[in-house]
Amino acid sequence: MIAVLRKELVSYFSSLLAYVVITLFLGVTGFYFYSNLSFFLLSGGFDVARGLWQFQLHDMRQIMLTLLPLLTMRLFAEERRLGTLELMWTYPLRDVEIVLGKYLASIVVLLLMLLPTLLYPALLLPAHAPVAFGPLAAGYVGLFLLGAAFLACGILVSSLTDSQVLAAAVTFTVLLLFWMMTWNEFAVGAPVLSVLQPFSLFDRFYTFSRGGIDTRDVTFLVLFSIVFLSWTVLALGSRRWRGVR
Amino acid sequence: MIEVAHLTKEFGDFTAVEDVSFTVAPGECVGFLGPNGAGKTTTMRVIAGIFPPTRGAVRVAGHDVQREPRAARRLVGYFPENAPFYPEMSVEGYLAFVARAKRLARGAQRGEIERVLRACGLGDVRRRLVGKLSKGYRQRVGIAQALLGDPQVLVLDEATSGLDPEQVTGIRELVKSLRGQRTIVFSSHILSEVSQVAQRVVIINRGRVVAEDSPEGLARRIEGAVRVWLRAEGPAREVRDTIASVPGVRDLEDGDGRWRFHARDESTVRDVSRAVTARGFLILELTRESLSLEEIFLRLVRVEEPRERAEKSDAA
Repeated sequence: MIAVLRKELVSYFSSLLAYVVITLFLGVTGFYFYSNLSFFLLSGGFDVARGLWQFQLHDMRQIMLTLLPLLTMRLFAEERRLGTLELMWTYPLRDVEIVLGKYLASIVVLLLMLLPTLLYPALLLPAHAPVAFGPLAAGYVGLFLLGAAFLACGILVSSLTDSQVLAAAVTFTVLLLFWMMTWNEFAVGAPVLSVLQPFSLFDRFYTFSRGGIDTRDVTFLVLFSIVFLSWTVLALGSRRWRGVR
Repeated sequence: MIEVAHLTKEFGDFTAVEDVSFTVAPGECVGFLGPNGAGKTTTMRVIAGIFPPTRGAVRVAGHDVQREPRAARRLVGYFPENAPFYPEMSVEGYLAFVARAKRLARGAQRGEIERVLRACGLGDVRRRLVGKLSKGYRQRVGIAQALLGDPQVLVLDEATSGLDPEQVTGIRELVKSLRGQRTIVFSSHILSEVSQVAQRVVIINRGRVVAEDSPEGLARRIEGAVRVWLRAEGPAREVRDTIASVPGVRDLEDGDGRWRFHARDESTVRDVSRAVTARGFLILELTRESLSLEEIFLRLVRVEEPRERAEKSDAA
């Protein structure tokens, strides 16, 4: 597993993909931070200590939705296209080690992406602006778990195709669907909505962004990742009984 | 060392390999010969542990590739056709990954990488990116990853295809140098290559083993594999009868002003030449060509098929 993890990290940083994604993320979230901060400071009457971060966390979540599929699209699709995956299958590695190695590599990049954004609250300290650190920490836990779930979904999609572009597009669409399915109760109807609600990835984020950690939300997001990773292992194993040449 | 017993591999409703059986003794070097699509690669992939057989069993040093996949894979170094590679990794970085993936002891990794870099002549390009190397070098990187960890069994699929003659010789010499110490299965569609390197040849066609023999035995079987074109000055009928009267001449045909026939061997060609000249006809052109591998297959398949049919009718 460590072998695969190290190889994927080398790939991320030598192909510049990780740098590009991290830079884009910091660029856009930085702009949002500036914009949100101006709004809170200039319009007055709002809760800068907590409200500002609710805005900011929701914006960051949205950018993760668009950028994280780019991190996972390569992981299996490219190896399938190159033919290197079959070579990896001749080494004494379990399929689950290959999947986890790749997943953890993308998690490392996610952490490297989130870490510098801690600069935003840090910037406020010299200005003696109030920052509620507890709720902010909860928000970051939620952001990380949500990102990890996005990555697990992306890995599964990547293991099903040879095309990176397709992998990114489908991952984005699937995640978007998980978000939007509970948007409109008139479209789906109240009874269906109550069934869909527990599966909405994004509804799970609201408690976190308000500064709370609900164990049900944590369990859901962790399970979401585990289920998608297990499906990926199954997808790789399908070569045993399916006609893949 | 390698036991392939009644191996059948199906992909959907396509049968790539059907009831293939053979064994390879420790230290033996076996050549796998067959036209494209014959089932060589599928058989080798099963030995390398990429996917299990649909029916039958493959064992490497007693380890079933299906039941003990990792134990079997540890013993096998595999070179896949076309040598897939990670373009963005350096040669050294890639081999370091393979050393870890093959679970070599940490202390032994460095030394093993140095050893295969030397064995494959990659010392000069060790820091270059694999994607920037020429095809010949990339092929050697592929061989290097197979050799890494000094596995007891080497499975090399078309290891010399697409290389220039010098590189081909280099890889052949490398394989020859491992003969006796390691068990080797390698595939090729070049007859001369297989007969130079292998101690035994398994010929496979349409997913079945059609012949299994030593290179010498194989050469004997395909005797008469000389096709001759002859143009002579003289009355057509008489020339024709003269050629046809020589023993060892078969399939005589009129081909666009030239006579075309199959000769049993070189001495038959001489006999024909002598007979034609003795009748006072002048030979204007005499060309001969060895049969291509495809044609040899066809002949072997044709020889094998009646026997098979006989067996089937016996069974019925």
